Amino acid sequence: MANEVLVLAEQRAGNLKKISLELMGIGAELAAKLGADLTAVVIGNGVEGLAKALGAAGAKKVYVGETGEKYYNTEIYTQAVSDLIKQTQPSVVLAGATALGRDLTARVAARVGAGLATDCTELRIENGKLVMRRPVYSGKAYIELESTAPVAIASVRPNTYGPAAQDASRSAEVVKIDVKAVTPRAVVKEIVKTAGDKPDLTEAEIIVSGGRAMKAAENFKILHEMADVIGATVGASRAAVDSGYAPHSMQVGQTGKVVNPKLYFAVGISGAIQHLAGMRTSKVIVAINKDPDAPIFQKADYGIVDDLYTVVPLLTQEFKKLLAE
Amino acid sequence: MKIVVIIKQVPDTETKIKVKADGSGIETDGIKYVVSPYDEFAIEEGLRLKEKLADDSTVTVVSVGPERTIESIRTALAMGADDAIHVNDPALEGGDSLATARVMAKAIKDHGFDIVFAGKQAIDLDQAQVGPAVAELLDIPQVNVVAKFELAADKTKATVSRRIEGADELIEVSLPALLTCEKGLNEPRYASLPGIMKAKKKPVKQVDLAALGFNASEVGAAGSHVKILKWLPLPERQAGKILKGMETQAAVKELVRLLREEAKVI
Ligand SMILES: Cc1cc2nc3c(=O)[nH]c(=O)nc-3n(C[C@H](O)[C@H](O)[C@H](O)COP(=O)(O)OP(=O)(O)OC[C@H]3O[C@@H](n4cnc5c(N)ncnc54)[C@H](O)[C@@H]3O)c2cc1C
Ligand SMILES: Nc1ncnc2c1ncn2[C@@H]1O[C@H](COP(=O)(O)O)[C@@H](O)[C@H]1O
Repeated sequence: MANEVLVLAEQRAGNLKKISLELMGIGAELAAKLGADLTAVVIGNGVEGLAKALGAAGAKKVYVGETGEKYYNTEIYTQAVSDLIKQTQPSVVLAGATALGRDLTARVAARVGAGLATDCTELRIENGKLVMRRPVYSGKAYIELESTAPVAIASVRPNTYGPAAQDASRSAEVVKIDVKAVTPRAVVKEIVKTAGDKPDLTEAEIIVSGGRAMKAAENFKILHEMADVIGATVGASRAAVDSGYAPHSMQVGQTGKVVNPKLYFAVGISGAIQHLAGMRTSKVIVAINKDPDAPIFQKADYGIVDDLYTVVPLLTQEFKKLLAE
Repeated sequence: MKIVVIIKQVPDTETKIKVKADGSGIETDGIKYVVSPYDEFAIEEGLRLKEKLADDSTVTVVSVGPERTIESIRTALAMGADDAIHVNDPALEGGDSLATARVMAKAIKDHGFDIVFAGKQAIDLDQAQVGPAVAELLDIPQVNVVAKFELAADKTKATVSRRIEGADELIEVSLPALLTCEKGLNEPRYASLPGIMKAKKKPVKQVDLAALGFNASEVGAAGSHVKILKWLPLPERQAGKILKGMETQAAVKELVRLLREEAKVI
């Protein structure tokens, strides 16, 4: 039996999530180094069609599990994935460090006795083994781990790796897997959208966050205007959330979301350690703050010391001009 | 109902983390320890459930950790928990989440449980594994990242809301179950002065491995499936380009230019 690098491809409502292609990208790299086959598993309702995209992204084999259920279910997915792992014994399993991936992998690892590292920001092969690097203490340090069990499971932070190249001339063998009849004791009845059509903060490539200096919920309008121009999602500091300017679903930080965009704007945010905890891995950080001594400037790659109420509208105009070119 | 809350003691969020020069761990001198913030939501939800039931229900706190953990256990008792189990054994040193979960699950089972509350993740290693692993080992359902919880009138199930990307999942879960708690679920209370006084007299059962029926090869590093190879400090961040004292329009133009030409992110 060939060794496999197995990607848990995530879909919602029949659409592959972006993280799935990111996992295929790094999965291919790891598989090549291990001399293993890159495979993927996709579970859901009417998801066989997704095997095509996964094949084009480099999967040699795609395991398809039809649940007949509209929504994700922890117990059904755990059973299906655990059975597959026991049967195929992949040396590496990759999942997204998403709501679904976090929920599923911890349970699967406990069931199959795999070595799990969650929320990884770097994966590489050393001496034929997977080394998993992940932030600890909210990004104040890193650890590197390896699995001492035969199966290593790594969940990977979204936006860590670029998506796999799609090549329509490649295709995967489709293997149907049994989704055993488990009677789940927890069932999703309904999914209620809490955000617009913009990507979630955890998946966004550009984020514009506002802090206490926004002073009122209405003032977030200028951040939304800028965000719309550059395709960003709007976030907030805890001070902004606690003051009622933004809902908690927008909070970035220790007790909010951990984000990993390529570009992060901190607008009127001082840069408290608990805020940094949520956005430290951003590739480029821009600070706009009128206090030159604000700690955020220590972490920022770029910054403007000035009043946000004059800077932000001008920035929006400049971006508009630039992107119209 | 037997309500169980599992809490971990972790360094305060303000802690400066310094990796030891040999990469074997972090310097622990001077660290101030607290109850992990998400576990405070778990304690609060347990207490609210007990108050709502207003019967002979109990809230028991379970924590696995060294000697110092007792301070965090006392905090939970001061908030209002009835009693606690402190699992402490030198053989637990170096255990991974699964090894910890194994010990935890046994302690919970021995005590008995109808519902278990945990934090979404402990803010030391940020792993978010122990909750689901305990649920698996107890063979009960889990709901992770719970932002709303309501027990059904017949007390055999609950309706909960779980946060996912851009949406909430409304979930019906039968009890017993394990829920990991998210910010927004509630506003944790502070311990009152009388609460703190009372906490000193509340029972804390000290439990070691033998009491749980484990031997050393099943826990700690020997019972783990992952091994930490090394600890790494953060890479130095280069000093940024901060534009100040410029005319706003000029600064904005320059920033946009830098983002496009230098950083290449726009
Ligand atoms: C356990 C715990 C968990 C926490 N979790 C989080 C978390 O998840 N996320 C989080 O963000 N925080 C968190 N915090 C809070 C954190 O410590 C800070 O209090 C918070 O981040 C401050 O938010 P802020 O930067 O918006 O506000 P402030 O610190 O008040 O900063 C406002 C900034 O705006 C600037 N400013 C004011 N007016 C203008 C203007 N007109 N133009 C430009 N700049 C202006 C000021 O110079 C200042 O720097 C947590 C704290 C604790 C103890
Ligand atoms: N040693 C421990 N003792 C008690 N509870 C723990 C322990 N470790 C983790 N937990 C619980 O599991 C949750 C998730 O922890 P973690 O998997 O370490 O992120 C925490 O919020 C606690 O509720």
